Amino acid sequence: MGFDFQHMMELWPDISKAFGETLYMIGVSLAIAIVIGLPLGIVLFVTDKGLFLQNRFVKSVLGFVVNMIRSIPFIILLVALIPLTKMLVDSTIGPAAASVSLSVAAIPFFARIVETSLREIDKGVIEAAVACGATPWMIIKDVLLPEAKAGIVQGITITIISLVAYSAMAGVVGGGGIGDLAIRFGYYRYDNTIMIVTVVILIVLVQILQQLGDWTSKAIDKR
Amino acid sequence: MISITNLTKDYKTKKGTVTGVDNVSLTVNEGEVFGIVGYSGAGKSSLLRCMNLLERPTSGEIRVDGLDLTKLKGERLRQARLKIGMIFQHFYLISQKTVGENVGFALKAAKLPKDQIAKRVDELLEMVGLTDKRDVYPAQLSGGQKQRVGIARALANNPSVLLCDEATSALDPNTTLSILRLLKKINRELNITIVLITHEMNVVKEICDRMAVMQDGRVIEEGDVYDLFSDPKAELTKEFISSVVSFDVPQPILAACTGSVIKVQFKGAVAGEGIITDTVQHFDVKGNFLHGSIEYIQEKPLGLFLMEIQGRPDNIHRAVTYMEGRGATVEVISNGI
Repeated sequence: MGFDFQHMMELWPDISKAFGETLYMIGVSLAIAIVIGLPLGIVLFVTDKGLFLQNRFVKSVLGFVVNMIRSIPFIILLVALIPLTKMLVDSTIGPAAASVSLSVAAIPFFARIVETSLREIDKGVIEAAVACGATPWMIIKDVLLPEAKAGIVQGITITIISLVAYSAMAGVVGGGGIGDLAIRFGYYRYDNTIMIVTVVILIVLVQILQQLGDWTSKAIDKR
Repeated sequence: MISITNLTKDYKTKKGTVTGVDNVSLTVNEGEVFGIVGYSGAGKSSLLRCMNLLERPTSGEIRVDGLDLTKLKGERLRQARLKIGMIFQHFYLISQKTVGENVGFALKAAKLPKDQIAKRVDELLEMVGLTDKRDVYPAQLSGGQKQRVGIARALANNPSVLLCDEATSALDPNTTLSILRLLKKINRELNITIVLITHEMNVVKEICDRMAVMQDGRVIEEGDVYDLFSDPKAELTKEFISSVVSFDVPQPILAACTGSVIKVQFKGAVAGEGIITDTVQHFDVKGNFLHGSIEYIQEKPLGLFLMEIQGRPDNIHRAVTYMEGRGATVEVISNGI
């Protein structure tokens, strides 16, 4: 069974609904990843040895938690977080439910990316700010974030694209979205048309996101 | 202005403890330009960075403007740092902020209201000659211009002290000179005490009043720049000075000399008195210059000449004694054949 245009058109309402669900899952979990992951990444960085808020205890506890979550395979995290999901959204299927596990996975991922971007900043620039008598908050707001913003935007791009891949996996537990469609039709029913359409949609989506991310990152960099 | 007592800074490395600064005591007077010279690894940078507590000393005391920095922490240390400006070899400007914003950053640290920040930024940029660059990003500036921004930032909160960490080492000779002139102007007009570290003796010669030479974490010689230039005691000091006033005469030339070769040094006003002319006229000797220069240190001349003197040995001896009597320092390098 090859590509069947007629069949694709028949299922088009399902495809567009699934696409909407994918965007919803990515949007929600990205927003949560940024809101929690950005401060977390900053804390991981500034509590490091030799920096202005050096704190070994905080650094090692947070570092351990981040590593722990990141080392759990996403498919297992999906299942393991079912109780939490039920508690938060009162359901274990659908895009809202899938967003919970996606967020939990994306937060430490993004936090590490933020930490790495901050590490790229010349330590001298931070030191010069300390020598100016700046407060820690000023250094974060006026030195760290502006200096790392191009890298952080790149990091957001990487996070979104990883979320596209993870959201497809969410289909396994009935999470909805393009990935769910691909699994239900393409995988279980050998429906090649749907398989091809979903894969093409994902490819196009990732390409567009990457281009957009690269362009934004470049546009805001003053170096 | 700055008084350092028994300052030691140890660094813990994998191979054990390394002493960066070893029991240094030093006083920098108000209004002077103080230079610390030494090769890399001598501990001069660590010492300077202790002066605003970017590095906390292992032991010892640092008083800046009467305040013992080592006793300060958090907010009070931050307040103290507002009054200690610092500039760096690699400038360390915020690359994503404009020149004006970079300078304004220091004023924001002092919690100045917005309208006053704008006014003061303009003042500072005018002082360093960058009025037209206010809205430009650092990437579009030359090295010298970046350092001027660094200076404007360091002076934002009217500090009493300016620390310069190899501030001209990344600049070409012409730019170095213009930055040094700016520093001197700041020192004189704003009465800001300057401490600078460098490995370039030219910098010291150009603007310093007093200097210290560091080796292996210790200060091995300290004093008035003119005195140290004219009469260095330590080997290392001599080595540094010879990088500015060097007397390398090609060997074949020296070998061809038939008379005595002497090195004559004149200090201060003596350099202008024509001693050599008098000597040659009074005694039956002939003088032949091999090398010579007059350096101006703190606007006082320091003359150094290498010359060959031909004549009868007793006349040469009398000529040398005469020059010494007139205040010159004479060193006989080789006697005539």
